[in-house]
Amino acid sequence: MKKYIDQGKNDTRSGYGEGMTELGRTNPNVVALCADLVGSLKIQEFINENPERFFQIGIAEANMMGIAAGLTIGGKIPFTGTFANFSTGRVYDQIRQSIAYSNKNVKICASHAGLTLGEDGATHQILEDIGLMKMLPGMTVINPCDFNQTKAATIAIAEYEGPVYLRFGRPKVANFTPVDQKFEIGKALMLSEGTDVTIIATGHLVWEALVAAENLENQGISAEVINIHTIKPLDDEAILKSVRKTGCIVTAEEHNHLGGLGESVARVLATKHPTPQEFVATNDTFGESGTPAQLMEKYGLNNKAIEQAVLSVLKRK
Amino acid sequence: MPKVSELQEITTQVRRDILRMVHKVNSGHPGGSLGCTEFIVALYNEVMELKEGFDMDGKDEDLFFLSNGHISPVFYSVLARRGYFPVDELNTFRLLNSRLQGHPTTHEGLPGVRIASGSLGQGMSVAIGAAQAKKLNKDSNLVYTLHGDGELQEGQNWEAIMYAAGKKVDNLISTIDLNGQQIDGSTDDVLPMGSIKAKFEAFGWDVLEIKDGNDLDAILNGYKEAKSRTGKGKPVCVLLYTMMGNGVDFMMHTHAWHGKAPSDEQLENALSQNPETLGDY
Repeated sequence: MKKYIDQGKNDTRSGYGEGMTELGRTNPNVVALCADLVGSLKIQEFINENPERFFQIGIAEANMMGIAAGLTIGGKIPFTGTFANFSTGRVYDQIRQSIAYSNKNVKICASHAGLTLGEDGATHQILEDIGLMKMLPGMTVINPCDFNQTKAATIAIAEYEGPVYLRFGRPKVANFTPVDQKFEIGKALMLSEGTDVTIIATGHLVWEALVAAENLENQGISAEVINIHTIKPLDDEAILKSVRKTGCIVTAEEHNHLGGLGESVARVLATKHPTPQEFVATNDTFGESGTPAQLMEKYGLNNKAIEQAVLSVLKRK
Repeated sequence: MPKVSELQEITTQVRRDILRMVHKVNSGHPGGSLGCTEFIVALYNEVMELKEGFDMDGKDEDLFFLSNGHISPVFYSVLARRGYFPVDELNTFRLLNSRLQGHPTTHEGLPGVRIASGSLGQGMSVAIGAAQAKKLNKDSNLVYTLHGDGELQEGQNWEAIMYAAGKKVDNLISTIDLNGQQIDGSTDDVLPMGSIKAKFEAFGWDVLEIKDGNDLDAILNGYKEAKSRTGKGKPVCVLLYTMMGNGVDFMMHTHAWHGKAPSDEQLENALSQNPETLGDY
């Protein structure tokens, strides 16, 4: 299988920050909003270079979503910034009516998604956001896997007309995608070809899937690894093409198994090509305090969990 | 400038439109619509600076955001009578496949509408964003909003009210329709809100009152004054005291007509109080 090298651990939120810095220099219509979390969202450089295009909203996320919708009227491209929980569940109706239903060109950028923000615990973790956002008609949902891809995605969504949910995280994780890789919304990336099983992963779980595939190769199992950075619209063809070859699939995500990537994949398979599937995801639960590594271990979201899921699904082929 | 008598003619016709639209589909919100008819007519025919035609960005013209979207009948009628879309389309209000949804939306591409509203409390935030975009664009035109008084019970308003003052959004004129009524009864019975005026002032707004919010002269004078107070570092709030159901005697002095359509006989009675002026659709 193709090997990937960790170019040095980095956080996906810093990829967002660097993407914003670049957009600040290249796209005069891009404006940034933040609800009192500038440091967490890593957008200080954008603010320093474009103070007039930054809106500090204060701790008022509902107001932030409405202001973002309003800024599009007049041609601005607003990027909102706060934690994933406060970007979605807290402001769902504001997003639903003022952004999604009104089809406003707002980019909802959400850091600290999933369990891996760690010690703050379940009030700040969110494992339901992909489901909440993918259910909104017209909403694009993107969950990049590393620093480079998050930066590329941030830049790419400015060129796309329509509401987008961009989900990323807090911890420093492996940075392994090519620095110059073009980001195409809705286009799955084949990371490593294989013949026995398909592993489809999103976000922080993509690197874990690559580690799992390497371990499986040592056991004589050939796993195909696909990076689904865009959960909606889903790249149905890439998924179907792969399972027609491998005959079974594991989906992996830092999210509840209800409403996440796995269910989207299952819908495609159930209607087009029924295939045995195992889910690496949380099991309808809230998170808790702990280190990111401890939480991923306890809730079954690491390379070991993916490996176990592969061994299970292979028995069902 | 149109004469007040001309605005009065539009007002009477808009009242007829509201009553006939709501009656036809046996649903909708006539009470608040009738209470705000003079205001919306004055806004679109005299107060606001508007370009011909409609584009979403609305650069170099004034913008209006209806936050209490349930009074869509008055909004649709005034937009149609102002030429944003054919008056005959009022016939499709609340019908399947219509651009005139129960609550206003951009989703069906109706000219004149820039945001969906209906779920309450969101319009001021949107208007603030549009006002700040105008400032970035060096566009000196103003942004207007309308909110129900009951709607102020939604917390998002107070986030927006705090922000607009704190960030000196002084190209914004927000009007509160103070009719003292909401679905379940008077606002004082449902949730006493104390002094709205004192609250806005405490948050740092420049507040002015129009005591007779159903009198066109009072409205025109009031908004002339409101406009003169923009650009001075504070958002401007107009407290517009209106009568819900104004112009139809049996719909006034009660909250009963918030969201209820008149019967055939009631329609006939109501229309007889508002004789046709510009021609029914």
